[in-house]
Amino acid sequence: MTTATIKPGGASFEAQQGSLSGFRRILAILGFATLILVAIIQVAPFVLTIANSFKCDPAITDAPGAFLPSPPGVTCQTTNAAGERQVLSASDQTEGAFFNPSTDGYSAILSGTTQSNNLPRWLINTVIYSVTVMIGRLIFDSMAGYALARLKFPGNRILFFIVLGVLMIPGVVLLIPRFLLLNQLGMLNSYHGYFLVLAADAFGIILMKQFFEAIPKEIEEAALVDGANRFVTFFRVILPMATPALIALAIFSFQGQWNNFMDALIIVGTKPEMFNLAMGLTVLQGSGQDVQYDLVLAGAVITTLPMAVIFFMFQRYFVEGVNYSGLAGQ
Amino acid sequence: MAQSTSQAITAGKAVQTQQNAKLEESLAGWTFMLPAAAILLLFMIVPLLVAGYFSLTDWNGRTPLTNANAYELVGLRNYQQLLVDGRRVSDFYNALKNTMYYALGVVPTQTALALVLAVIVNQKWMKFRGFFRTAYYFPSITSSIVVSMIFLFMFSATGPINGLISAIFPSYDPITWLSDNRGVIHNFLGLFSLNADSFPFLRDTELFRIPLWEWLSGPSVSMATIMVLAIWTTIGTMMVIYLAALQNIPGQVYEAAFVDGATNWQAFRHITVPLLAPTTFFVITLGLIGTFQVFDQIYVLRNDTTRDSVMSVAYLVYDYAFGSLNDPRMDRATATAITLFIIIFVATIIQRRVTGGDQAK
Repeated sequence: MTTATIKPGGASFEAQQGSLSGFRRILAILGFATLILVAIIQVAPFVLTIANSFKCDPAITDAPGAFLPSPPGVTCQTTNAAGERQVLSASDQTEGAFFNPSTDGYSAILSGTTQSNNLPRWLINTVIYSVTVMIGRLIFDSMAGYALARLKFPGNRILFFIVLGVLMIPGVVLLIPRFLLLNQLGMLNSYHGYFLVLAADAFGIILMKQFFEAIPKEIEEAALVDGANRFVTFFRVILPMATPALIALAIFSFQGQWNNFMDALIIVGTKPEMFNLAMGLTVLQGSGQDVQYDLVLAGAVITTLPMAVIFFMFQRYFVEGVNYSGLAGQ
Repeated sequence: MAQSTSQAITAGKAVQTQQNAKLEESLAGWTFMLPAAAILLLFMIVPLLVAGYFSLTDWNGRTPLTNANAYELVGLRNYQQLLVDGRRVSDFYNALKNTMYYALGVVPTQTALALVLAVIVNQKWMKFRGFFRTAYYFPSITSSIVVSMIFLFMFSATGPINGLISAIFPSYDPITWLSDNRGVIHNFLGLFSLNADSFPFLRDTELFRIPLWEWLSGPSVSMATIMVLAIWTTIGTMMVIYLAALQNIPGQVYEAAFVDGATNWQAFRHITVPLLAPTTFFVITLGLIGTFQVFDQIYVLRNDTTRDSVMSVAYLVYDYAFGSLNDPRMDRATATAITLFIIIFVATIIQRRVTGGDQAK
C-alpha cells in the first residue's frame, strides 16, 4: 500500500538550503498565502452551512453571511403583543457578522415523520445500508481477493479480468436493468435488495487481492500442514493479518454507502420509508425554486457529521487509501 | 504406519494425495469466489447485457414484459436515431456538448490546481501541512448530494456568493447562478456586442440539428457553477494523489540538479513535471471518467429553467427512463447508456495501455 503520510523531506526544492534568500522568501510567502486562500475557499462553505443551519428562514436568505453565533438562542416562531404568531425577522436574529442561534430547523427535521420529512427514519436506514454492505464486502471481497491471490483453480485468471472489467462499467448504465431485475425479483424498496446488489464490489476484491499477495506464503502453508482446513485457516490465520487492508476496505465501503445516491435512487427510491439520507435530502429540498433552507442545511449537517467524525478518527486510512480509490472509478 | 508400508505404495499415495490436494484447492478457490462472483454476475454483468439487449429493441418500458408483443428487435435503430439522424439527435448531442464542456473545464483545472497545491504543500519549509491536507481533502468525504445542497445555498440569488460580490462591487447586478442558461462564451462575445446575428453562417448552419453558434456557446452559467462545485470537491483527492507521488521522488534528484545550477522553475519544469507524468495521466483519466458520469449534482441542481443547459449524458439516460413518467423510453435510454459505456470503456482502455496494467495504483 502506498504510504502518503506527509513527512518532511522527500522531494523538496529546498533540500540543500539552510535559510531562505530574499527572492525565495517572497515565493514562500506567496505560496503560503495561496494555501491559506484555498483553505478558506474549501472550508468557508462548511462554516456558512453550519452557521445558517442554526438560523431562521428569513435570516438565511437575508443575512447569509453572519457566521458568528452570539448566545442566547432564540426561537423562530414568536407571539407578539397582540397574541399573533409571527416569524422572527432577519434583523431580529442577526447583527453584522453575529447571529442568535436557533435550533428550530434541527427540531423540525429531527421530529419529522412525514413522507417528505422523515429524517430519523432515513438516518436509521442509512446506518443499516452502510453497515450491512460493509460487512458483506469485508467477508465476500476478502474471500474472493484471497482466492484470486492465492488459490490455483480453473478460471482464476479469467475471473480476475472479469473483475477488472466490472470496474469500468459506469453506474448509470446499470440503473435501468438493475431496476428491472429487482422489480422482477420483488426486491425493490427492501433492505435485502439493497444489500444483495452491493454486498461485493470489484474495487474491494482488487484491494484485498493486492494485500494478500504481499503476505508471505509460508504462514498459511504452515497452518495447512498442521491439518487445519482452508476455511479455518482463512478466517483464523489469514484474515487477522489483513487488518490494515480490512480497515481501509471498511472505511471506503462505509463512506461509499453513506454517501450513495444513485443506487438508493434506483433500489429504494420509490418508497419514502426506505430512503437513505442522500435520497431523503433531495426530497427535503422540495421541488421548484422555494428551497426550505432551514431544513435542508440542518439535514446536510446531520448527514455529514458521522462521516466527519469517522474521517477525523481514521484520517490516515483515508489518505493512504486515496491512491486505491482511483481503481473504483467513482 | 508409514514405517510398515513399502516404498512403492508410498509413492502411489503421494501422487494421489497431490491430485486430491489440487482438486481440493480448485474446490476451495471456487467456494471462496462464489458469493462475490454471483453478485457481480447478477448485478453488474447481467444488467450490462440486459441493457445492451434492450437497446436493440423498441420497448417503451411501460408495457409489461410478459405481454407477447411488448417489444420487437429493431437492430441498431435506437442508436441511429440517437447518434445519426433521428428526431433525438439534438437531445444526445446537446447532452454530449454539455458533458464535453464540463469535462474540458473541470479536468485541466483540477489537475493543474492539485499539482500546484501539492508542490507547495510539499515544500520543506511549509508549516501546518496536516491542516492544509485535511482542509483540502474534507469536501471529498461528504456526499455529492450534500455538496450540491451547499452549493445550492451558496450560489442562490440571495446567497453568500452574491452577498460577497455585492459587498465588493456595490453596482453588481446579482446573477442567478443556478438558473442561467446563457453560455459563458456567448456572454464573453456579448461584451464586444457580438451575438448570433454577427455570425450568420454559424447561426444558420446546423450540425446534428444544433446550430454551430449553439455548439460554441460554452457551458451555461449554471453548468459553469456545477463545474466549480466539481473542482472544489475533487482537488483535495487529486492533491493527495500528487503528494504521494511527489514523496516518492528521491531528494537526490533535486540535489544533483541544484548542484548543476538549476533554478527552482527549471527543477519544477524539467524534473517534477516529467517524473509525475504517469500520475498526471492517471489523475486526468480519473477526472475524465468521473466527469463523463456526472449525475448526482445535476439531479439536485437542475431546475425547469436549466433543463437543457445542464443536461449531461448520464442524466439523459435517467431522464429518458424515469424522467417523464408518462412516456418512458427504455429503448432510447439503454442505447444512450451503452453509448456512454463505450465512451468510458475506450477511455479506460487507452489509460490502461499507456500506463500499463497495474500502474493504476
